[in-house]
Amino acid sequence: MTYSYYPGCTLRTKAKDLDTYARRSAEALGFTLEELDNWQCCGGVYPLGGDEIASKLPSVRALNAAKEKGQDLVAVCSACYHVLKRVNDDMVNVEDTQNRANNYMQLDEPYKGETKVLHFLEVLRDRVGFDELKKKVVNPLTGKKIGAYYGCLLLRPSDVMAFDNAENPTILEDFIRAIGATPVIYPYRNECCGGYISLKEKELATSMCDKITESAAGFEAECLVTACPLCKYNLNKSGKLPVVYFTELLAEALGVKEDAQ
Amino acid sequence: MNKQAELIREISGVNPLKCMKCGKCSASCPSYNEMDIKPHQFVSYVINEDIEALTASKSLYKCLSCFACVERCPRGVKPGKLIDAARQVVVRQRGQEYLSADEIPELLDDETPQQLLMSAFRKYRR
Repeated sequence: MTYSYYPGCTLRTKAKDLDTYARRSAEALGFTLEELDNWQCCGGVYPLGGDEIASKLPSVRALNAAKEKGQDLVAVCSACYHVLKRVNDDMVNVEDTQNRANNYMQLDEPYKGETKVLHFLEVLRDRVGFDELKKKVVNPLTGKKIGAYYGCLLLRPSDVMAFDNAENPTILEDFIRAIGATPVIYPYRNECCGGYISLKEKELATSMCDKITESAAGFEAECLVTACPLCKYNLNKSGKLPVVYFTELLAEALGVKEDAQ
Repeated sequence: MNKQAELIREISGVNPLKCMKCGKCSASCPSYNEMDIKPHQFVSYVINEDIEALTASKSLYKCLSCFACVERCPRGVKPGKLIDAARQVVVRQRGQEYLSADEIPELLDDETPQQLLMSAFRKYRR
């Protein structure tokens, strides 16, 4: 199976690990991530203003490119996934956005939200299957206690994201079990890390992350796992627990971590 | 209707009159302690068209757009969208942006992800 792949700006720079381990793991699991040509940055945040259009176009271009290739579109970064999925929802449900984007883009065939946007974790759950993943694990992370950190972007708003139960998600815990480790449930796993506020208000973001890491450490997590470079950056400022990308643990469990270097 | 109040309603697409003042938004908000106007009050300010107070509020820059309030609102009022629209009304004006490129170098460290810069520019500037 081949998917169109949207890496995003940070996976090319500060979060190369998140990208490299995802590609290698995909190969080991028997599917291919085919990077879109000429993708543009998603903008990092979904433009909430109903009148915004220019800031949505990079996403529409990527979505349409995947449509033209006849492939589902996969993102690994939580923010890219969030933005692509919400813009795609607008292209289905918001007539004004659909008209203006298509008027601007002048495509041969108008884009109307046909592309299916998937997070890499959804590919693992819904296409590969966690049971199948488990069978391909050669290096189970037995005994490792891992706290899943969801944050906001994967889950909310749940009517659009439809990723998992927004208040009681299980996908990352199921993933942690599949790679042989032990998930640690703690109350702050879907609380915000502070997001973009950490640029100008560093102390406020760190105080939010302290609550998260202290909560996870209190339930005896040894590390936190995330899909978001900004969550990782913010949580690292708190410094109480190591924070790793889920793709790194996946590559380790599949025995392809060293290859990825 | 006050022009800016109208603009906030238009940009957000939210009808604040649906609010039943249950306070779930403020109870869910991770920035609650930092806000001078709390999320549930924000809705009332829009209804009452007290726009001067809203556009001067530091809450505009404390909201994380984490959508906890949007997720939990039983009436679909989406306070986070209202706050974002009020912020847009301010930062779209010339000279009113909350982040300038000149500030960036001293805000960076070796680990700063591009995602953070992109997100902040999108939120704080036109």
